[in-house]
Amino acid sequence: MTSIYDTTGKNVACTIVEAGPNVVSQVKTEDSEGYNALQLAFGERKAKNTPNPMIGHFEKAGTTPKSYVREFRNHPLQKELGETISVTEVLNEGDKVSAVGTSKGKGFQGVVKRHGFSGVGQRTHGQHNRERAPGSIGASSYPSKVVKGMRMAGRMGGDAVKVRNLRVVKIFPEQNIVLIKGAIPGHKGSFVIIEKK
Amino acid sequence: MDYVQFVHEQLNPTKDYPAFKSGDNIIVSYKIIEGDKERIQKFRGDVIQISGEGGTKTFTVRKVSNGVGVERIFPYASPNITEIEVVKFGKVRRARLFYLRNLSGKKSRIKEKKFIKKTEA
Repeated sequence: MTSIYDTTGKNVACTIVEAGPNVVSQVKTEDSEGYNALQLAFGERKAKNTPNPMIGHFEKAGTTPKSYVREFRNHPLQKELGETISVTEVLNEGDKVSAVGTSKGKGFQGVVKRHGFSGVGQRTHGQHNRERAPGSIGASSYPSKVVKGMRMAGRMGGDAVKVRNLRVVKIFPEQNIVLIKGAIPGHKGSFVIIEKK
Repeated sequence: MDYVQFVHEQLNPTKDYPAFKSGDNIIVSYKIIEGDKERIQKFRGDVIQISGEGGTKTFTVRKVSNGVGVERIFPYASPNITEIEVVKFGKVRRARLFYLRNLSGKKSRIKEKKFIKKTEA
């Protein structure tokens, strides 16, 4: 992330996204697969690190091995196998978009951080070491068990997260760079899907 | 390619402000927009901190106004800064002068550097 200045001199916090060029690695049609979709590939990767079936798949599309492949159903653009999609074909400055990414892994976290519990009351009055404890997790002899889905401590982060209503601030078509206002899920260098509304 | 650096090179025109450091006394002319009117406000004080780098570099200016300490953080790349003028070069031994916040009166003065090595023009 970084921040830039808009025309009125206001500071706008932005995420820099390298959006493309995306290569069409497969065209799925109603006749052959039963639905219409475009499979897009992005990001270079070495041939020696690519499984052989994937190398063949990319060769069919006439492109180099890519690291990230995603399918988009009913894509608005009509594209042939091996063609590229650039940023400006999809996005314009000022568009509202949503971003889908994998959030940063937070490790094993307690209920206060993970589920927003407020912890057990005060620090004093006999609390000893129970400040961030979950409290009661159920009744006693009935039902004699903990209800399924009870929110407890555990692994947090690393989930698919979608952020809606982000605005495209600026596009550099030659570098395929898009500046999007606000934060986008995931760590630096991770893959995200930018969807236009 | 460093995308952050690239974006700032494209969007932020290079500023030719005079070089200043922590401890220097400067006047910052800052454009203030009120409705559809705009005017320029001058803020004079000591630089107590320069923080960050690249497009997000900022500096903090401290002055004492009517006995109340006022600090203002300016982004270096802000388009609203019209001019920076260095009034005095201060002689200080550290980069962040937060100790000035606890001092008042004569103690809070910064000694002036009167003889400055000429930098190559």
